[in-house]
Amino acid sequence: MLQIKELVAEIDGKQILNGLNLTIGDGEVHAIMGPNGAGKSTLGNVLTGRDGYEVKSGEVLFNGKNLFDLEIEERAREGMFLAFQYPVEIPGVSNMEFLKASLDARRKHQGLEELSSFDFMKLARETSAKVSLDAAFLKRGVNEGFSGGEKKRNEILQMMLLEPQLCILDETDSGLDIDALQVVANGVNAMRDGKRSFIVVTHYQRLLDYIVPDHVHVLAGGKIVKSGDKELAKELEAKGYGWLEGEVA
Amino acid sequence: MTQPVQPSDFQKRALTLAQQRSAPAFLQTVRQQGLDEFGQIQWPGRKTEMWKYTTLRPVEAFANAGWPADDVAADGKQLASLPELDATRLVFVDGLFDGAASDELPDGVRLFSQADEAARVVLDQYLVKIAKDIDPSRRNLFAALNDAWLTDGVLVYVPKNATLEKPLYVVHLSTAQAAERVANQRLLVVLEQGASADLIEHYLSADDASASFVNTLTEIHVGDNARLSHTRLNLEHEASSHVGAVHINLQRSAVANGFTLAEGGELKRLDYQINHCGEGAELNLNGLYLGRHQQHVDYHTTIEHRVPNCTSQEVFRGIVGDKAKAVFNGRIHIHQDAQKTLAELNNRNLLTSNTAEVDTKPELEIYADDVRCAHGATISQLDETALYYLQSRGIELPQARMMLSYGFINEVLETLPHEGIRTALQKRLRQRFVEEI
Repeated sequence: MLQIKELVAEIDGKQILNGLNLTIGDGEVHAIMGPNGAGKSTLGNVLTGRDGYEVKSGEVLFNGKNLFDLEIEERAREGMFLAFQYPVEIPGVSNMEFLKASLDARRKHQGLEELSSFDFMKLARETSAKVSLDAAFLKRGVNEGFSGGEKKRNEILQMMLLEPQLCILDETDSGLDIDALQVVANGVNAMRDGKRSFIVVTHYQRLLDYIVPDHVHVLAGGKIVKSGDKELAKELEAKGYGWLEGEVA
Repeated sequence: MTQPVQPSDFQKRALTLAQQRSAPAFLQTVRQQGLDEFGQIQWPGRKTEMWKYTTLRPVEAFANAGWPADDVAADGKQLASLPELDATRLVFVDGLFDGAASDELPDGVRLFSQADEAARVVLDQYLVKIAKDIDPSRRNLFAALNDAWLTDGVLVYVPKNATLEKPLYVVHLSTAQAAERVANQRLLVVLEQGASADLIEHYLSADDASASFVNTLTEIHVGDNARLSHTRLNLEHEASSHVGAVHINLQRSAVANGFTLAEGGELKRLDYQINHCGEGAELNLNGLYLGRHQQHVDYHTTIEHRVPNCTSQEVFRGIVGDKAKAVFNGRIHIHQDAQKTLAELNNRNLLTSNTAEVDTKPELEIYADDVRCAHGATISQLDETALYYLQSRGIELPQARMMLSYGFINEVLETLPHEGIRTALQKRLRQRFVEEI
């Protein structure tokens, strides 16, 4: 699905990723944990192609294609999805219009017909019910005045509609209460079908009780410093990140 | 020491034109005062504060124009494209009333030229008086010209505690003939105590129209506890020039909700003057302006808080692209007696090209000490983060830009009270941004 080789990237001249290596196979769930400033969010931004993040060296293959040959929107249409840590509020643009434009773009790329307004509404309503988001939120501006939890549910709603191949969840658990966390986790688990892959970026082991990862990696100083299975997350929760410093050096 | 005024070619022509048209005798005084005033005004130049960013060259091009022929008629096709609205429609073509294209005038609505004794009393009491109730430095010379050219107009009179049954929809159409004509429009609305009315002014051009010059003046008296809804759409052809003013006087506990939208033209200049004359009055004014190609659009608004306990909420947004230019000047003046005033002015501008220009100047002048006021103006480009968010969902950059531009104005469009107009405008403006992709 995704191969990241010796990735070096910087923002504003400051190097954040320092030769990161990571391989995600089909259907796998990888958790990435690490201290603040380790480069966790940068990874998501670099993979999706956000402006200002400059790739200095290294390679990323997404389903065999060179990711850096693709524009932001092309990556999305190829099936990459980033659930934002801070979803953007866009007043004046209705959530419904936004969701339909996104799905139309993805379906067009897949050679499928655009859904009719009627079919789309039906699908959007059904999907919003799955993430316990009242259908009224579909008519509001994109994320406009949504609470933190509502914004995150709206991210999962988009993920479920777009059916991406690779989902990157950037601290989707931050600021969520336990009910919302469960909704998010249920959404993700419902989408685990043995083919779709996930990168779950989180500070806390808590989310991984609900979304059980196949692999856990520690990102520190811009590279993966330790990898293991779900037990590693528990170890980190108990010991913090400090004990790893010796191993990195 | 004042220099003797050298009238411009346009002024000379305008004064001659004024003599060429007859008007009912009871309008003579107004006309004469207008003539005297207009002839004495120094024609604005670059150093005239009120016209600093707006050249009058497009108006000067009408220095050889005449009056429209009496037999122009509305283009049915054009009228058919108007939004669906359950309203009384009055149609003017190049400034002349088109009875055939208009609905029957309801009670309380009549032309000045058909004024009976009672209507003349109302005209005598309010006409010109509202427009002249203004800080002289904000007085627009075209208001004097409107007086000088006055031959007819629409009077709306709603008596105490009465309601104008249907919205009044006044349509002004400019035709191809307007290229060598001038048009003068006048509207006087008087809402007595507790009365209410809903008014829509819609300016448009026929498909084959090119240049035109329209000078409009609307005066509105909103009595104690009366309610006004006023919508003004300036959607003429981009070769058109329009100078217009809306003056509203609000009496005690009166409420006025205004909406205005202007697409740029050769010259579009709109002045709003709102006076809080009675305590507890409330004003909400929302505006949008759009410029592209080489268009020009200019809004000057003035709100006078003369008495205590009044509120004003003013929101204007503009999107300017290509080589277009927009001007926004919003003044709020809180007089010494106007304690407990609540006034907010917000002007946001979106520049979609680096050759577009916006000149915005919010002015807040406060002489009372117990008021809550805020004003702000911003000029920005499309939000990078929002663009990235849309793109990260597979939406192409041009479409993302279109969605954000439209969204920026749609927030204000959604405040429009008339669904038919709102839907028609949403469609029109969405199309406008799609064309720009």
